[in-house]
Amino acid sequence: MTQPLSKPPRKNPVARTRQPTLPPASRSRRTLGLTASAAAGRFDLQVCQECRAVQYPPREVCHRCLSDQLLWQPVAPRGTLLASTTLHHSNDLFFRERLPWRIGTVQLESGPRAIAHVHGDCEDGKPVKLALKLDRSGQAVMIALPEKATPNMEDDKVLRETSCDPKFRRALVTDGKSAVGLAVIKALLDAGATTVFAGDPHTWKKNRAFDALCEDPRVLPQALDITDTDSVERLSRSIGGKVEILVNTADYAREGGILHNRDLLKAQDAFNVNCLGLMRLAQHFGPAMAGRGADGTANAVAWVNTLSIYAHLNLPSRGMWSASQAAALSASQCLRNELRPAGIRVVNVFSGPIDYEWEQLTPPPRVSPSAIASAIVRALRDGVEEAYVGDVAQEFLARMHDNPKGLERELGTQS
Amino acid sequence: MSTTVLSQFMAELLSGKIRIVDLTETLTPEFPTIVMPPEFGQAWPFRIEEISRYDERGPAWYWNNFSMSEHTGTHFDAPVHWVSGKDLPDNTVDSIPLESFIADACVIDCSAESRENPDFLLTIDFVKQWEARHGTIPARSWVFMRTDWSQRQKPNDYLNMKDDGAHSPGPDAQVVPWLIKERDVHGFGTESVGTDAGQAQHLDPPYPCHYFMHGNNRYGLQCMTNLHQLPPKGAVIFSAPLKIRSGSGSPLRVLALVPNAS
Repeated sequence: MTQPLSKPPRKNPVARTRQPTLPPASRSRRTLGLTASAAAGRFDLQVCQECRAVQYPPREVCHRCLSDQLLWQPVAPRGTLLASTTLHHSNDLFFRERLPWRIGTVQLESGPRAIAHVHGDCEDGKPVKLALKLDRSGQAVMIALPEKATPNMEDDKVLRETSCDPKFRRALVTDGKSAVGLAVIKALLDAGATTVFAGDPHTWKKNRAFDALCEDPRVLPQALDITDTDSVERLSRSIGGKVEILVNTADYAREGGILHNRDLLKAQDAFNVNCLGLMRLAQHFGPAMAGRGADGTANAVAWVNTLSIYAHLNLPSRGMWSASQAAALSASQCLRNELRPAGIRVVNVFSGPIDYEWEQLTPPPRVSPSAIASAIVRALRDGVEEAYVGDVAQEFLARMHDNPKGLERELGTQS
Repeated sequence: MSTTVLSQFMAELLSGKIRIVDLTETLTPEFPTIVMPPEFGQAWPFRIEEISRYDERGPAWYWNNFSMSEHTGTHFDAPVHWVSGKDLPDNTVDSIPLESFIADACVIDCSAESRENPDFLLTIDFVKQWEARHGTIPARSWVFMRTDWSQRQKPNDYLNMKDDGAHSPGPDAQVVPWLIKERDVHGFGTESVGTDAGQAQHLDPPYPCHYFMHGNNRYGLQCMTNLHQLPPKGAVIFSAPLKIRSGSGSPLRVLALVPNAS
């Protein structure tokens, strides 16, 4: 049984903040296939299309028949822990700071044997569940987990180093008054966040649901307009050093394509909120978070963007907005690589049409704000980089992989 | 003759007999901008980004880019701003006759009434009571409605937004045409975010100050401050908007020249 994490004490303000270090990050191009699986929360390994042998570690050709027809496919995430050992010494800076550390050899049900990080509740010789997780360097590692969930298992050191669990962490929700923002505040509190800074872009606008949430002493409303550099800078100077998870819920959604839409201001406003707003937040909150990437058990861990699936392929009936989403997606990829040296994970949560006032005429199914909020918490706990919420987003993802050109055509025929 | 007047004016300005009062709010990102229903276009608030500040972006100089709408901060409304004034001659900020940028002002103190009632509407009767004390409003004079609204906390109390919209004082639908027909006023000026009351969409016609003033080629000034420093009569207002081609209005510096009381 895992020792439950206790609420971290207040930080000693005169002690040197531990600087971020990373576990070994170099991987071959083939091995980045594991990273792709881990980023999406899948357990895919290379499977030989000729002899069906499962490969681990990733290879150029099949270890059994030398075929180069190796495809990444879902594999049973099960195995047996053959043996484990606990390291009390390491020359690696990252692991030195985290000793003792448990590793072991696992016999995968699908064939190969793997060296894996081992959760404290696993027993030698017993079945284990396997997962591919992103470590703080952003690369995939295999972790052996107890076959069945154990109490407080998420608090295990090995697991917490790959997750971004909101438990005992402080979060900033950039637009706490939006439908999604309200749901995210609630979900983060339910997930054990100690403080949620709730951004308020329009303090003059009455919102009873927001006011009600702010009655909770853990919710601290903050004036924050991400279209105003000065506002972002001021708030970052005030609370930037306390934000361990940033969830950017600000969105400016408007209908209309490009060719017959003379209202370029809509596009400017959409880019200003959705893309430049993200950049303003990054420039002012990013450095403070990056400085606290290894600051104890409640270190800064994650940056979450709520994006639309139409960031991938433009929905012409909302063409300007889709373009701003695509710009935000691109900016998030830059940010992901820039925050990686600090061990901060950038998580993009994609959804289809949301069930709120700006999608009133969009036929169901629409994603409820609370479903997006749950998906965000799940993504943080699982430590993934990418999540797709709801049936529309899942179907979109599948079709995008299958035939992106076809999907582009089909989006053009949707009204 | 005019040389004498200008020399005398400068002498009195330098000696302090004439005082300059700044009626302008500082342009800041937080300064409230009028709010329209979200599906309509919105006026941009003031935004500013540094180009350089004696640094690698420009070693010896400091300067900024800024953006805002024509109707942000203390600003001037040209007649073309409203549909009722769209076809009038010289109705844009670049074509308004220069003489219009200097005018007297009559300042009607409604601060006590507005403190009691955020929806206070200025009426003909109220103006007549003011005239009984201070004399008839002269032709081609600004009428400024002093409410001390500029002293309210911004943006929340200033916009004073409720479920049914903004609540702030302004003129009623009768006094505006009366001021134009009976007093031939130059325009109307306020401290709140617009020249009309917060609930003026429910008046007949909606937004009467915009409708009648601009429909009669008169002007508007709003988001002003320091009106409490002006005498009821006798201030001269300098209010020249930016020369924007076909512009409907513009942020500007509004200066009042007032005789020094001492």
